[in-house]
Amino acid sequence: MKDQDLQSGMNYLVSVPRRVVTVYIPLCVFLFVLLFPFYWMAITAVKPNAELLSTTGNPFWVIRPTLEHFEKLLFHTAYPSWMWNTMIIAVISTFASLAASVLAAYAIERLRYHGSRQVGMAIFLAYLVPPSILFIPLATIVFQLGIFDTKWALILTYPTFLIPFSTWLLMGYFRTIPFELEECALIDGATRWQILIKIVLPLAVPGLISAGIFAFTLSWNEFIYALTFISSSEHKTVPVGVITELVEGDVYHWGALMAGALLGSLPVAVMYSFFVEYYVAGMTGAVKE
Amino acid sequence: MHAPAAALPTVSQSALSRLFDNRNFLGLLFMLPGAVLLVLFLTYPLGLGVWLGFTDAKVGRPGEWIGIENYEYLVTDSVFRLSVWNTFLYTVIASAIKFALGLWLALLLNERIPFKSFVRAIVLLPFIVPTVLSAIAFWWIYDAQFSIISWTLTRLGLIDTYIDFLGEPNMARGSVIAANIWRGVPFIAICLLAGLQTISPSLYEAAAIDGATGWQKFWHVTLPMLSPIIAVVMTFSVLFTFTDFQLIWVLTRGGPINATHLMATLSFQRAIPGGALGEGAAIATAMIPFLLAAILFSYFGLQRRRWQQGTKD
Repeated sequence: MKDQDLQSGMNYLVSVPRRVVTVYIPLCVFLFVLLFPFYWMAITAVKPNAELLSTTGNPFWVIRPTLEHFEKLLFHTAYPSWMWNTMIIAVISTFASLAASVLAAYAIERLRYHGSRQVGMAIFLAYLVPPSILFIPLATIVFQLGIFDTKWALILTYPTFLIPFSTWLLMGYFRTIPFELEECALIDGATRWQILIKIVLPLAVPGLISAGIFAFTLSWNEFIYALTFISSSEHKTVPVGVITELVEGDVYHWGALMAGALLGSLPVAVMYSFFVEYYVAGMTGAVKE
Repeated sequence: MHAPAAALPTVSQSALSRLFDNRNFLGLLFMLPGAVLLVLFLTYPLGLGVWLGFTDAKVGRPGEWIGIENYEYLVTDSVFRLSVWNTFLYTVIASAIKFALGLWLALLLNERIPFKSFVRAIVLLPFIVPTVLSAIAFWWIYDAQFSIISWTLTRLGLIDTYIDFLGEPNMARGSVIAANIWRGVPFIAICLLAGLQTISPSLYEAAAIDGATGWQKFWHVTLPMLSPIIAVVMTFSVLFTFTDFQLIWVLTRGGPINATHLMATLSFQRAIPGGALGEGAAIATAMIPFLLAAILFSYFGLQRRRWQQGTKD
C-alpha cells in the first residue's frame, strides 16, 4: 500500500481518507513517540522541584518554569569543564582521524599499492570491531602508557573507531572523482602530494564534511572508554560526568539530570541541524558502499 | 612545460618505473599515521584481550597464564549463562522489531508528505543525541513513582497501581528493549529510505501495468530490490545491539537480580569495578564468535549487492 505513491502521477488513485489512515496517522504516531522523550526532557529541566515531585496537577505542563537546575549545573558542578573536555577531545580526535583517513583512503583508492584491496577490506572489518570488546585490554595499555585519567587516553583511543569509519567513507568518495583529473596533473608534473592537496581534497569537501560531522558526533557520544579510562571528576566527559556525578546515592536530582542531558545534546543537535544532508550522506554512505 | 619529443621514451620509462616504486613506497607512507594508531590501539588490544582471557589478571597485577580456567568457570556461572541468554533475547527481539518498524517508517517517509525534508531531519534526532543522555530521559520516564506512562495509564483508568518498569525482571527487559528500539528505528529507517530512493519508478509502473496490487508491488518489487541493503543495515544493527552497553548501564546496571545483564555489561562489571580483568576479558572474547558470524553475513550481503549492481570491483 505504501509504495504506490512513488510515481506521483498515480497519486490521484488514492483517496484522501485512505491516505490519512495509511500514511498520516502512522507517521504522526511515529513522530510523537520519537520526539516525546525530548519534550519530556525539556519540560523536566525547567520544572521546579516542588512541581516535579508533586502528585497532583498535570505533569505534562509546567506552571512556574525555572532555571534553577541549569544554574545548579553550571555553577555548582563540574559540568562546564566536562563540556570543555568533551569538546576538546571530540575536536582533536576528529581532525586527527580525518587527516589519517584522507591519506589512507587516497592511498588505498588511488595509489593502489600492492595489497591495497586487502587493506581496504581490513579497514571495513576494523569498523565492525565494537568498543565493548576492546575496553579491557585498552585500559591496561592506557595504564602502561601512563596516560590513564588524562584527555590523551581518549584522544588516542577514539581514532580506533573513527579512522576505519572515515576511511571507508572517504574511499567511496574518492572513487567518484574522475581519474582523468589526476592524470592531467601528473602529466603537468604535479607530485602525488600536490595532487592530493590541490585537486582531490577540494573536490572531496562534501565527503570530508560528512565524515567530520559523523566522527564528531561519534566521539561526542562515546561512553565506555570515557567511563573506563577517566576517574577524576574534572577530566570526565559530559555523558560520563552526568551519569556518575549527578546521581548521588538514591536521591536523583531529576531536574539537573535532565538539564545536563539537554545541554549535552545541544552541540551535536545544533551541528546536525546545520549539516543534516551531510550527516545522512555519511551515515547511509558507510552502509551502502 | 613540455619535454622534448626525442627524450620522451627514456623519460617516461624511468618515470614509470620510479612511479611504480613510489606507488608502494608512497602508499606505505600515506598509510603510516592511520596504521600506527590502528595497530597500536585496535589490533594489538584485540589480541591482548584474547590473551587476557586466558590469564588471571587483576587490576594492578599482570596475570599468569591459567589456560581455559576462566571459561571453565564461566560455563558453570549462572550469571554468565543468564547474560548470554539475555544478550540473545535482547538482540533478537530488539532487532526484529527495529527492522519491522524501521521499514514501515522508511516506506512512510518515502510517500509524498508535507515538510518532507524537515520530517526526515527530526526523525533522526533520537539517533544523533548521545545514547547516555537520552537513556537518562528514559530512566525518568520509567521511574517507579513519577513515571509519566503510569500517570497517563492510571488517569485513563487502565491500571490501578504504578508500573515498576525497572524493578521487575521481565518488565525491566521489556523496558530496556523498548528504549533500544526507540534509538535504533531512525537509523534503520533512514538507511532503508536511502535504499528505497534508488529503486527505479519504472519497475513500479511495469508492475502496475501488469495489474499488481500494492501489497504485491511491495512483496515482489520493493523487498527484493531492498534485500542487499537490508542485509547490511541489519548486520550493523545486530552488531551494535549485541554489544550494547550504554543503555543498560544507565537504566539498570544489569539489575534487577541480573535480569538485564548483557555480556558487555557483565564484562565491564567483572573487570572494572570488580577488578577481575582476566574474567572480564574472557566474557568479552566470548562475544567474538557471534560477531564474526554477523560480519560474515554482512560480507556476503555486500558481495550480493555488488553482483546485483553488476560491478566487478
